[in-house]
Amino acid sequence: MTATTTPGPLGQTLAAPSGFIRDTLAVAGRALRAVSRDLEVVIPPVFIAIFFFVVNIATLERLTEGAAAGFDYTAFQMPTAILLGVTGVSRAPAVVLDVQNKYMDRMLLTPVRRTSILIGHMLADVAVAAALTLPILALGFILGVRFEAGVYGVVAFVAIAACWSLAFAGFGYAIALKTGNPAAVNSSFMLFFPFLFLTTSYVPRDQLTGWLDTVAGLNPVTYILEGLRSLTLDGWQWGELAKTMLAIGLVGALSMSMSLAALRGRVNQN
Amino acid sequence: MSFAIADGPATTLSPGSSSTQRRLAISAQGLSRTFDANDAVRGLDLAIAPGEIYGFLGPNGAGKSTTVRMLCTLLAPTSGTAHVAGHDIVADAQKVRLRIGAALQDISLDPRQTGTELLRLQGRFYGLKHSVIDERMRALTSLVDIGDALDRRIETYSGGMRRRLDLAAALVHEPEVLFLDEPTTGLDPASRARVWDEVRTLNERLGMTILLTTQYLEEADALAHRIGIINAGQLVAEGTPEELKRQVGRDIVIAEIPGDVTAARDALSNIPGIDSIDAEHHVLRIATADGATTIGPVAIALDTAGIDFDGLSLRSTTLDDVFLELTGSRIQTDTTNAHASTSTSTSTSTSTSTSTSTSTSTSTETR
Repeated sequence: MTATTTPGPLGQTLAAPSGFIRDTLAVAGRALRAVSRDLEVVIPPVFIAIFFFVVNIATLERLTEGAAAGFDYTAFQMPTAILLGVTGVSRAPAVVLDVQNKYMDRMLLTPVRRTSILIGHMLADVAVAAALTLPILALGFILGVRFEAGVYGVVAFVAIAACWSLAFAGFGYAIALKTGNPAAVNSSFMLFFPFLFLTTSYVPRDQLTGWLDTVAGLNPVTYILEGLRSLTLDGWQWGELAKTMLAIGLVGALSMSMSLAALRGRVNQN
Repeated sequence: MSFAIADGPATTLSPGSSSTQRRLAISAQGLSRTFDANDAVRGLDLAIAPGEIYGFLGPNGAGKSTTVRMLCTLLAPTSGTAHVAGHDIVADAQKVRLRIGAALQDISLDPRQTGTELLRLQGRFYGLKHSVIDERMRALTSLVDIGDALDRRIETYSGGMRRRLDLAAALVHEPEVLFLDEPTTGLDPASRARVWDEVRTLNERLGMTILLTTQYLEEADALAHRIGIINAGQLVAEGTPEELKRQVGRDIVIAEIPGDVTAARDALSNIPGIDSIDAEHHVLRIATADGATTIGPVAIALDTAGIDFDGLSLRSTTLDDVFLELTGSRIQTDTTNAHASTSTSTSTSTSTSTSTSTSTSTSTETR
């Protein structure tokens, strides 16, 4: 086959390579704009956290404080409420929607860095998780909780909660990118139960016995709760905080590896 | 396949050479894609010059969209190579992405964003500065033509509005090469005409190279400088619309036979000037270089053989005839949509008193 045509010069596109940070911030900005339109995603976790915070204090405070003089059960419970509020809060379901409505293809057609698509969403998650801790903290202050570690302890408390939220969110992104299935992403919430209830959510570690004590010892959330509690009850306990960061790091390394592998699978053109 | 470029002295280039790949807007050599045991695209060769509108015509499932997804770097080829804007689609995918725009068959929008937000974000993804994005927004607003709705969430848009916004999103960065995968599917006639105008404008004013896939024959005929016909994953013909039609014959005489079409075909076998006769149900399609001269002898031959016919009509060759000739089947399209816009073909119909032909420019009674 032969064809003859008169070619013109290739035009000059306006596009230019962007940077990783600019790409990531663009994705994060979009994700944060969407949060304000998806308040139904963020309000229930806060409501549930506050509900259990109040109910647990009302039902268990007298038992625990009766058992140990001077024990501040409200301060003890606040980290549990915080983790209830921020665990599983992520934009992973929005990523599934992007896959389903083909907007993911629109992004993949652009030169945006593939990792920025994931990291940008996670950056937004960190901001949302930090924001979600604030009403629970406010309630804690109203109920009389004080931070032995001071104002910087409050900042560290929020940062640890946000980091944990991010580490856990990696599982949701892995499932979202791997399956593109909203039901599968919602089922990742199931991971939440062993993490958050086979641990020291309601009573101190020394009150746990038998298999529950063994499982709690293996559960990274135990060390995150202990680190958070140390900021309210004991001040700067660097050993506790180091174990907290190690636990978050281990869970984060696992979940991020899974989510990055799922991202590669989603964008590898196969 | 070779490709002659009339740039100064006419030069025939092979799409496989590296110098040609740099000069061509799109080139492909033996491009193939397999899904499990299904060969979606088989050994595709393409050579599309800068500034060309290339129509990729074929029925659903022919491999058009798979080809576009490979050329847009969304899908890796199973074998073969391709270059877009001078860059390898696999090795230099990121460079390709900077230079292309695409409106895919499935509209790729985020319904939770507003039109404005989506276009601005698109500009950021392409590294445009805020001032450039502002400028492009003003330019694209007239294309999108959805008024204040641009500041509403996309989930409130009609199908036509979404399709136009999708096209605008592909144009934010003024790509060198634009891929339009069935861009007018689902559009009303007015929107369709507007997209056609825009495609012509982009090509004429900016020199944008456009690869347009379509299953609408009129669309390919009206817009494309050259057309590639794809069927079952293979390119079966390529050329300008006129070249392709000439392969079949200049005119088509349609004879509607209520009885035995085989006998009718036999009766016409000795008429001079007939290039080919295809029988389909109760219709004979007689390809000829000169329909006006042939239609009379056809009527006489059928009458002499005692074969009843309900109608005889004459029309120009269409791309559908080309497709039928090449593949043995017709392109199945949504006829409502396919005929919704202004036809660009000119045909002459010479019909019998009971003719049911709908191709009407001039009609002459023969009985």
